[in-house]
Amino acid sequence: MGVVACTRCTQVWPIGTQTCARCGKGLMSRDVKSLQRVWAWWVVGVMCYIPANTYPMLRTRTLFQVEESTIVGGAVDLMHHGAIGIALVVLVASVVIPIGKFLAIAFLAIGVQRGSGVSDHHRQGLYEVVEYIGRWSMIDIFVVAILSSLVQLNTLASVNPGLASLFFALSVIFTMLSAQSFDSRMIWDRQVAAKGASEHD
Amino acid sequence: MTPATSETPYADLIVCPQCDAVYRLKRPEHGERAVCSRCHTILIAPRRKAGLQIIAVSLAVVILIIAATLFPFLSIKAAGAKNSVSILDAALAFAGGPLAVLALATAALIVFVPLTRVLLSLYVLVPIVLDRPPARHATQAFRLAEALRPWSMAEIFAIGCAVALIKVVDLADVAFGPAFWMFAILVVLVVAQDSFMCRWSVWNSLDTQKKS
Repeated sequence: MGVVACTRCTQVWPIGTQTCARCGKGLMSRDVKSLQRVWAWWVVGVMCYIPANTYPMLRTRTLFQVEESTIVGGAVDLMHHGAIGIALVVLVASVVIPIGKFLAIAFLAIGVQRGSGVSDHHRQGLYEVVEYIGRWSMIDIFVVAILSSLVQLNTLASVNPGLASLFFALSVIFTMLSAQSFDSRMIWDRQVAAKGASEHD
Repeated sequence: MTPATSETPYADLIVCPQCDAVYRLKRPEHGERAVCSRCHTILIAPRRKAGLQIIAVSLAVVILIIAATLFPFLSIKAAGAKNSVSILDAALAFAGGPLAVLALATAALIVFVPLTRVLLSLYVLVPIVLDRPPARHATQAFRLAEALRPWSMAEIFAIGCAVALIKVVDLADVAFGPAFWMFAILVVLVVAQDSFMCRWSVWNSLDTQKKS
C-alpha cells in the first residue's frame, strides 16, 4: 500500500518517513539488519550457556563437607534423594527451555532467510512463545539468590552462588535480546510474495 | 477491524505491529477488543475508567515496593541457628567478588525496574486522566516504560521464591516475614496494572492532546 507503520504505537505514515511523529521511534518497513543482530546475540547467548553448565552453580557447605554442584549435577542429586518431581522441574527450566529457545530462534531466523514448510501462523505462535518464555529462565538465578542469602547458618550450613550463575544470567539476557531483535513482520512476507498483495497489504 | 483500501487517510489506518497487516481503524467500545485477524495480536483493548484504576494500582505498587524491600522477607531456623533476609539481601547475595555485576542486575530486575516503570506510568497517565496537557517529555517517559517492560521481573522472582522454599523446607524451618505477603500482593497488582493498560489508547491521547 506504500505505507510504513510504527511498530510501537501502530501509527501509519507514507513510505520513506524516517521517524514516527507520534512516539519518536525510527520507522523501517522491514528491519534489514534484524537478522544480523538476531544471530549476533544468539551466538553470544550460546557461548555463555556452555560455561553456565560446566562451572558450579551452587557451593553448599555443611558441617563436614563442601559440595559444588553444576546445574545438571544438582538435578541428578535431587533425583538420588528421591525428589524426582523437583529434579524434572529444574531440568526443564534450566536445560530443556534454554536449548529449546536457541533452536526456536535459529529455526525462525532460517525460516525467514530460506523459507519454511511450517505455516506462518505456527511460526508467529512460536515467536510469541519464545518472547514470552524468555524472561522466565531468570527464575534459576533468583532461586540461587534466595537460597544463598537465606541459607547462611554460621557453622551449620551455608550456600553460596558459583560462577555458573553469572554465565547463566548473561545467556538468558542475550537470548532475550536475540528474540527482541527479530522482526516478526518478516515471517509474513513470503506468504504475501507468493499470493500477490493480499487484502492486508 | 476491516480491510483498508489505498484511499483511506493515514489517520484512519492501523497496522499490526507483529505481522504488518493493515486495517481501517474502528474504535472498539469499552470492554471490547480489536484483534488482528491474521496473527491474532490484540491491537486495541480500551477499558472504562482504566486510567483511574491504573493510577490507584500504581500508587499501591509504589508503597508496596518500598515496604517490601525494607521489611524482613523470609527467615530460616535450623538447630538453633537463625537467619532472616529482606528482598534487597536476596538481590545482593551475589555482591562481592566477580559476581557483583549480577547483584546489581538482580536488584534492578526485581526492585528498581518495576519501581521505575510504575513511576513513569504515573507521570504519563496523571495529566491524561485529569484532562490536562501531557507532562513534559511524556512521550519519552512512556517509551522508556514500554522498553523496560520485558525487564521487570517481580512475578518471576515470586515463583523463584516458591521453588527455593521447596528446596529448603526439608532442611530447615522457614517462616514468612511481613514483606513476603506484601510482595505477594505486589505481584498481583503489577500484573493487573499491565493488563489494564491499553497502549494504543495512551499513545492516541498523548497525540491528540499535543495537537489541541
